[in-house]
Amino acid sequence: MSQSPSLNTWSEALSGFYIGWLPLGLLIVAAIPLVFIALYALTYGVYGERKISAFMQDRLGPMEVGPWGLLQTLADILKLLQKEDIVPTVADKFLFVIGPVIMFVGSFMAFAVLPFGPAFIGADLNVGLFYAIGIVAFEVVGILASGWGSNNKWALYGAIRSVAQIVSYEIPASIALLCGAMMAGSLSMQQFSVMQAGPYGFIHYYLFSNPIAWLPFIIYLISSLAETNRAPFDIPEAESELVAGFFTEYSGMKFAMFFLAEYGSMFMVSAILSIVFLGGWASPLPNVGGLALNDLTSGPAWGAFWIIMKGFFFIFVQMWLRWTLPRLRVDQLMYLCWKVLTPFSFIAFVLTAVWEIYK
Amino acid sequence: MNQLTLSIIFYVFAALTVVSAAFVVFSKNVIYSAFALMFTFFGVAALYVFLSADFIAVTQVVVYVGGILVLLLFGVMFTNTIMQTDLKTDVLHVVPGTILLLLMIAGILYTFYTTGDWMPGEAQLQGSVVQRIGFETMSRYMLPFEMASIVLLVALIGAAFLARYDKVHNKDH
Repeated sequence: MSQSPSLNTWSEALSGFYIGWLPLGLLIVAAIPLVFIALYALTYGVYGERKISAFMQDRLGPMEVGPWGLLQTLADILKLLQKEDIVPTVADKFLFVIGPVIMFVGSFMAFAVLPFGPAFIGADLNVGLFYAIGIVAFEVVGILASGWGSNNKWALYGAIRSVAQIVSYEIPASIALLCGAMMAGSLSMQQFSVMQAGPYGFIHYYLFSNPIAWLPFIIYLISSLAETNRAPFDIPEAESELVAGFFTEYSGMKFAMFFLAEYGSMFMVSAILSIVFLGGWASPLPNVGGLALNDLTSGPAWGAFWIIMKGFFFIFVQMWLRWTLPRLRVDQLMYLCWKVLTPFSFIAFVLTAVWEIYK
Repeated sequence: MNQLTLSIIFYVFAALTVVSAAFVVFSKNVIYSAFALMFTFFGVAALYVFLSADFIAVTQVVVYVGGILVLLLFGVMFTNTIMQTDLKTDVLHVVPGTILLLLMIAGILYTFYTTGDWMPGEAQLQGSVVQRIGFETMSRYMLPFEMASIVLLVALIGAAFLARYDKVHNKDH
């Protein structure tokens, strides 16, 4: 099914690498996204978010540790590692411990189908997009486990709010992505980028080549904020009412696990958004006359650069919205989902189908 | 992927499925049973992947973990006395149970030995399973597909009607 000769070459070569019977290559393929999440969460996720929020509020942000506060994150990690690992005496020990683990695994599993450039993808499934939508279910179970296991009313309320929100917003999000799947005629994540790559760069992206694509794009952008519990949809951890929501009782490395999971799913939804509507690893630069900018900036390494940059751009948008918009009330949240986003996603679905038939 | 790795992964998932399913049945705590059910569903989904049914595997995760299990956990968690209730997991009716078990095992073994080799399908599967499923549901299995959608719609409307905020009823209180 590979159309370009270089598709998946790196990951396939790596997964065929064995030491004796040990599939070392497969482990490396799985470890690469893990290392990526950790690195990006440390640098861009924590430090970047603190700096961005500071600049938006006309502050300086972390400045003390290292030049421009660059070592602040390392200091925070050292602090988290030294902290006492507290498990409340009346908490359900097993669920309390396993909750953050399930949640992180749930957010990490979707990275199996995210292509990091044309040459690298964990698993080029035929049902890649469907898998990426569906695997969020594990995160939901992890949230419920940690919220219930904490034996704390705020934690339980936070967990239930969060799950209700994620389950509801999955509907407009999935229908919006289905519009993208209809445009590509495939559910394979690599196929999306292959279909949107071309000599004129960004012109080939569905967002620009299809007159209806902006509607599912906006619907998925909004619903993805709700699915990752980011502001303005952060009522599960509304600090003015629920202390910290489902992770109220957590401290030390278990708390850090929740943050890794959140940053993991932030990159996941940003990457899905850019793959489905903005070409994934396809270069946005067009070939202008004799200047072949597109050909120059395509290839395995450039592909990885583009997809990560597009993902980071949408993470920046998420941070930007978080520090700009106020939080929605619960009833407003449900109103937005069921009476605005869901009907509009159905409209987008029908319009996309009509466009695909008669274009 | 070589054969040994494949079988190791298969047995890991098979063990996960069986052990967690046993835990669901024998646990005295409903909450633990419900959470163990997640691992069972996950293991079964992985076994579907070994049968090259990747679409069904993902559907299994979406429907069972994302839908049914979350609903189950919500129901269990909102029930106040759930931790106090001790479930009865004793063995009852040993003789009829054993007879039924033996009959079922005999039936399965009989089918297994009389059918002999698994017959390969006449048309070998080419390319993506998803496209075939799409074509079949939109052509040969159109009627069951539409009927299922109507059943689901009726269930949705019924649920929305039952959960509705009743203005007349609330005035009385």
